[in-house]
Amino acid sequence: MSDSPLPEILPHGADGILLRLGLSARESTVAAVQILRAAMEDACPHGVEEIASSLTSVYLRFDPARTTRAEVCATAQSIARGVDLSATTLPAPRHRWTIPVVLGGEHGPHFDEMVRATGHSDQRAREVLLSARLRVLAIGFAPGLPYMGLLPEAWDVPRLRDVTPKVPACALVAAVRQLIIFTNPTPTGWRHIGQTAFHGFQVGRDPATALSAGDEIRLEQMTPADLHGLQTDNPDGLGGARCEVLS
Amino acid sequence: MTGGTLILHRAGPGVTVQDEGRPYRLAEGLSRGGAADRLALIEAAALLGLHAPVAALEMAMLGCDVTCTAPTRLALTGARMAADLNGTSLAPNSTFWMTPEDRLSIGAARAGTYSYLTPAGGIQTSEIIGSRAAHLTAGIGKPLQAGDELPMGEDPDPNAPPMILRVEDRLSGGSVRVMPGPQSDLFDAETRARFFATEFRRARTGNRQGVRLDAEGPPFTTQTETLASDIIQPGDVQMTGDGVPYVLLSECQTMGGYPRIGTVIAQDLGRVAQAAPGTSLRFAEVSAAEADALWRSEADQLIALRKSVQPLRRDPHDIPDLLSYQLISGVVRGDEQGGTG
Repeated sequence: MSDSPLPEILPHGADGILLRLGLSARESTVAAVQILRAAMEDACPHGVEEIASSLTSVYLRFDPARTTRAEVCATAQSIARGVDLSATTLPAPRHRWTIPVVLGGEHGPHFDEMVRATGHSDQRAREVLLSARLRVLAIGFAPGLPYMGLLPEAWDVPRLRDVTPKVPACALVAAVRQLIIFTNPTPTGWRHIGQTAFHGFQVGRDPATALSAGDEIRLEQMTPADLHGLQTDNPDGLGGARCEVLS
Repeated sequence: MTGGTLILHRAGPGVTVQDEGRPYRLAEGLSRGGAADRLALIEAAALLGLHAPVAALEMAMLGCDVTCTAPTRLALTGARMAADLNGTSLAPNSTFWMTPEDRLSIGAARAGTYSYLTPAGGIQTSEIIGSRAAHLTAGIGKPLQAGDELPMGEDPDPNAPPMILRVEDRLSGGSVRVMPGPQSDLFDAETRARFFATEFRRARTGNRQGVRLDAEGPPFTTQTETLASDIIQPGDVQMTGDGVPYVLLSECQTMGGYPRIGTVIAQDLGRVAQAAPGTSLRFAEVSAAEADALWRSEADQLIALRKSVQPLRRDPHDIPDLLSYQLISGVVRGDEQGGTG
């Protein structure tokens, strides 16, 4: 654990702290965040009301009526010291989702460009995406919107300089070794490489948010006809996605 | 348990149902939302003698015309909007009685941005994900319009007399305390010092997600290029790509990639939310320890405010035509001194 990084502990509002492991989403940082968040969730520190994570940090909101910043900081530091944040093995996922997707063609107008940027063949790029054991690294920006990753180094492709004005809801987009499935039509610099019928957030559904940080995600190929069928008959908004509960 | 219905006959574009929002859902990407000026909900609860805030109508810049189908007390708090009951002005930060014969008309904001009309039994629309609050960016609820009918809970104390609360002015900008946040150190000392020495004006651009602030002088930038998106929250002062500050409000996103120079403390966030376009705002630096010492729970704030509520009394000198005055209705002239602001 000699090179295990300890988080910087920083104030975030009068009822919060941020445990920051880096400023940019490097592979080691992203993994350490997953480990640290799971450790915080398991420990349930006294007075902590809410735990959330980004790609680079874990946020704890506490109730200042029940605890103090000093106490939460000390507890968080001791929990962080008790785990190996340099480990490459992530905590086991609690759920494994399989989400059907159409890659490329009219449903993924930037797919070919993305494939060229990775240096892969079309076939190889599909294999990588469909065999990847992705993890939900964070949910945020919009309700239920998953940041998934990390893909191999070849997929470290920057965002487009020119924003695409409107990428549809449920689009699969890629950039910087990550994938996102949009929850709403969104202007974006991420490349639109595929299309699902998976709504990460649906107000009338219980739970409204399908995914949680840490979940494993596998993509599964479907045909444009399958997609059309799911788009017209999609009562749970999950677009044919299946969830296995892992112990 | 029914307290009748509140019927909207006219509504400005920014009228929504709001309560305390949906905490505990940050990990789902859903910000808490709820009233833009949370203190106004607490003040309404204090005025109505309630032990917890209830759902209210939030009105941004422009109000609405309403009638009700059953008698109830209501409270008006937050921004000072021209408000009259059957043509007689209502005092800000006060309660009044309303019966099915009455018509309440709330006009444009004279000071501040967000005004709150709270029935004593609360608005009792169905809860969605644990709250009645519209969260427009999440696609929950929608702005209300003429013809909408909102169920109300029963008034728990229908005979309680009209009350008034004198509140400290938070409608006209001024100084707002900012504590350091996780990214304050990304800004160099000169930029931070300049930020705290600058007088800003609330820009026209702004909504429940956040408000833009304009100022003379160079932008407030950092040297960081590849900042990953991180957790953001209401109160954070975020510098957009061109170095212009936005103060995030209740309906902000949960993650953002712009650097943040600090966080407006909860007690002062209403002052930012209420600042109308053009209003001057300055930021005062406080340490995290000072911010922590200033923190008070909303439950404690309500208890304190309940002690400050007073019967709405009118000085006969302020009433030009005492004989025509409806003593039972609890209305007063709009220019009386008590409770303005």
